[in-house]
Amino acid sequence: MSTTINDRIALPPAKAQKSNMTCHFCIVGCGYHVYKWDANTEGGRAASQNALGLDFTRQVPPMAITMTKAMTNTITDKAGKRWNIMIVPDKGCVVNSGLSSTRGGKMASYMYAHDGMTKDRLKTPRIYRGDQWFDTGWDHAMALYAGLTKKILDKDGPDGLFYDCFDHGGAGGGFENTWGTGKLMFSALQTPMVRIHNRPAYNSECHATRDMGVGELNNSYEDAQLADTIICTGANPYETQSNYFLNHWVPNLNGSSVDKKKKRFPGETAEAAKVIIVDPRRTATVAICEQVAGKANVLHLDIEPGSDTALFNTLFTYVVAQGWHDKDFIAKHTSGFDAAVKTNQMSLEDGSKATGISISKLKQTAEWAYKPKASGHRPRTFHAYEKGIIWGNDNYVIQSALVGLVLATQNVGRRGTGVCRLGGHQEGYTRPPYPGDKKIYIDQEVMNGKGLMYTLWGTNPFQTTLNAEQHRVALRRRVRIVNEAIAGAKGASTAELIDVIYDACKNKGGMFVASMNLYATTIAEDCHLMFPAAQPGEINLTSMNGERRLRLSEKFMDAPGTAKADCLIAADIANALKALYRGEGNAAMAKRFDGFEWKTEEDAFNDGFRRAGRPGVGPIDSQGGDTGYLATYALLRKAGNNGVQLPIKRVDGDKLIGTEIHYDDGKFDTKDGRATFKPAPWNGLPQTVAEQKAKHKYWINGGRANEVWQTAYHDQYNSFVRDRVPMAFIEMNPGDASQLGVSGGDVVEVFNDFGSTYAMAYPLKSIKAGQTFMLFGYIKGVHGDVVTNWVDRNVVPYYKGTWGSIRRVGSVDDYKSTISLKDRRFA
Amino acid sequence: MEDVKLGRRFFLQSGGTAAVAMGAAVIPIHNANAAAPAAAGSMALPYPKKAVGIVNKMPLNQAVAFNYPDASSPCYAIRMGSAVPGGVGPNGDIVAYSSLCTHMGCPVAYDGDSRIFKCNCHFSMFDPERNGQMICGQATENLPQIKLEYDPKTDSVHAAGVDGLIYGRQSNIL
Repeated sequence: MSTTINDRIALPPAKAQKSNMTCHFCIVGCGYHVYKWDANTEGGRAASQNALGLDFTRQVPPMAITMTKAMTNTITDKAGKRWNIMIVPDKGCVVNSGLSSTRGGKMASYMYAHDGMTKDRLKTPRIYRGDQWFDTGWDHAMALYAGLTKKILDKDGPDGLFYDCFDHGGAGGGFENTWGTGKLMFSALQTPMVRIHNRPAYNSECHATRDMGVGELNNSYEDAQLADTIICTGANPYETQSNYFLNHWVPNLNGSSVDKKKKRFPGETAEAAKVIIVDPRRTATVAICEQVAGKANVLHLDIEPGSDTALFNTLFTYVVAQGWHDKDFIAKHTSGFDAAVKTNQMSLEDGSKATGISISKLKQTAEWAYKPKASGHRPRTFHAYEKGIIWGNDNYVIQSALVGLVLATQNVGRRGTGVCRLGGHQEGYTRPPYPGDKKIYIDQEVMNGKGLMYTLWGTNPFQTTLNAEQHRVALRRRVRIVNEAIAGAKGASTAELIDVIYDACKNKGGMFVASMNLYATTIAEDCHLMFPAAQPGEINLTSMNGERRLRLSEKFMDAPGTAKADCLIAADIANALKALYRGEGNAAMAKRFDGFEWKTEEDAFNDGFRRAGRPGVGPIDSQGGDTGYLATYALLRKAGNNGVQLPIKRVDGDKLIGTEIHYDDGKFDTKDGRATFKPAPWNGLPQTVAEQKAKHKYWINGGRANEVWQTAYHDQYNSFVRDRVPMAFIEMNPGDASQLGVSGGDVVEVFNDFGSTYAMAYPLKSIKAGQTFMLFGYIKGVHGDVVTNWVDRNVVPYYKGTWGSIRRVGSVDDYKSTISLKDRRFA
Repeated sequence: MEDVKLGRRFFLQSGGTAAVAMGAAVIPIHNANAAAPAAAGSMALPYPKKAVGIVNKMPLNQAVAFNYPDASSPCYAIRMGSAVPGGVGPNGDIVAYSSLCTHMGCPVAYDGDSRIFKCNCHFSMFDPERNGQMICGQATENLPQIKLEYDPKTDSVHAAGVDGLIYGRQSNIL
């Protein structure tokens, strides 16, 4: 008999404590309920005896609930009391309507339990001495961190202080924490030497669309139910925005939202949606769309990698030639159309040649998406995109081409339309303005020996940057210079240690690295100081999802040890620096660190997000718009998992009234309110990338897989994930694999002029010859190692565009016998 | 701050005794993974033993339907044709699984061409040749595997337990 019990779980009693939680992970932000109850009790099987209200004395019917062992845990609070928790999807949440994804469904497992899967969470600050990590107290760690920061700030100015920091929502982010870190970096320290968690500079993923006056999150999830056609470019929503796809796209693809469309748009032709997926790879989404909508209603445009701009320009040119553009809208609400018609001109023949898509398919695309419907109305076409464009061949130009096509056909500002990124994490940006006037390629600065101190805040550039191997090698060399200096400082006081570290950084080429995170992560291999951070549920946290829906995730348990919210860590740093400056009588510098007297996350929320729109306050960049001050924790608690869509329009009694879609009044985010077309000529591949393509045979595409969340910071401890994905897999064509002598489960080396990494071969017939797809950001096998150092005009990388060679390294018998290598595409 | 830390470590290291002594917590008796009553002296639920089929009459690579541990829990047994993890029978190739998807309980279908269990509700897929491992999908658990026993005297296969929680149940035994 097994000693591991996996065939029963405890039910929450009818009176279990219940709180709201927005999923920690992807942009969709599904609503969940947290049940928490005394571990000495449990609910009964009768519907009246458990909080789920389901009768477990008999088999519960399909679709009634998702309730698995992964959705439960037993935790211990700081007083030593044991509690059971269960985290299940909220049927009343309009985002997910009770659906749970393979990521969100694991949240309970990923809450802290000292004797559970998450036992390796950081509980106290740690310092690296000699060759080991040691726990240390906050006082010591903060004295070292703040003391070194001050020394650098005083002697070298803020440019010596580098940060790599999250800018998003959900776990490892949120409005409270972007504000806390932003206020520290930008107002107090005033350093411009900052990059963002997934890219090497302080920049946006959506510069072009914003410059054109179109914010990138401009519709509601419901619009995916209302569209006539969905064009999905460089995105794989089944795997990466799962419940948005399942709960809002699928009902439109299978026709179940037709009645809704008829009611909303009387007199218009309304049918099940058609879907066009632009992606060189046949993704899970393509396969599932064909199942749901039927092959006749799905077009997969498997374009040549990097040719998106050519596709959109060709469609733009063809649509204008057919007269399907909206002349009245263009005249009244846009500028620059005529110039764009010239600069973006591309014939069907040239477009077909560049993209590899037949002229007939290009025409069919244009007809589905832009040709007037039988009723004579202009079709409502929703343009969705994500990393295939964002990390594509010149982010700025592709977005310019796409949004130009959208504006010409007025597919924004009407229900059932929109031109939106699908998103990675949730959003949650509120910060003072960035204190610089240019984009700085921070990774290059690090590699060139610039900067003295580097703080990695909820990030992991070892796994998630470009040209990652060279970056890691350079940083490691600098880190070890500091290690040697520290090892020589036997018995040094904190002040003496600061002098030793400073000397190693300033005069010997070293770099001091600190990390704020939930876990040690792979950063611990080259780092000096770690601070323990907390995640939603252990703290209160607000974020917004891909339709700008703001929710409060409520604290229901203690954080591990002395871990705390990032905003409160930032406040600790600011207050420590303030005390140091006060101590030496420097009132002017002390004043820069004013305004961090926060005791809770709510204090940071009130100081940051709610600052927006208040008279007399300085400028602020906030996704809450200028009505942030209307939101309060109390109102958000009442709003529950449905929250409010930002920006908030007004408060009716205790109800927050939000904004469903943007630009329905025809006014865009430009000075004159007119959306602006941008020139977007297609220029082929950047030279750096083209050189790799000429030298190496395989396109090494990279991206996420459904069951792994980002860097696998939690997932690496979960056998459900780790048994399946022990190292990054690389999908490859079976013919290519055969030529290379590679079979499924073999370990291969992927390499080019920039770096080398290993991956587990996963041959799939849906992958074309000469193409591959490698899991990105993983703990073992870093796709970024072979990504070139090329970036666009805003220092946005082309992660998706690299070519490499592949060779077989060997076999791991365990992989072959335990890992399923069957087709990941549903067919 | 230091006192709190000491207190916490003391608690964690000392377990239930300290908790009771300080009156701050209770000794954990039930946790989320051990909730249903099992007979004293046993970790196991009282699973019945139930005939699944005679090996030489089982078709190759076809799902044979049966119910286990009770009439409202549909399962499939498959003779895969070559030895697989958890397989029984003379060739170690017979496996069985609950046919309710662990995500939301829709019935999975067996596709003999791809040798995959597929759920049409939310498109999860499971591999019967790898202990029910999820290949891609929205579930958080692999497909529960039915523990089989083989009796060479009668060439018969019996179900005798379940590894994993069947969808829609607090406990596999109702």
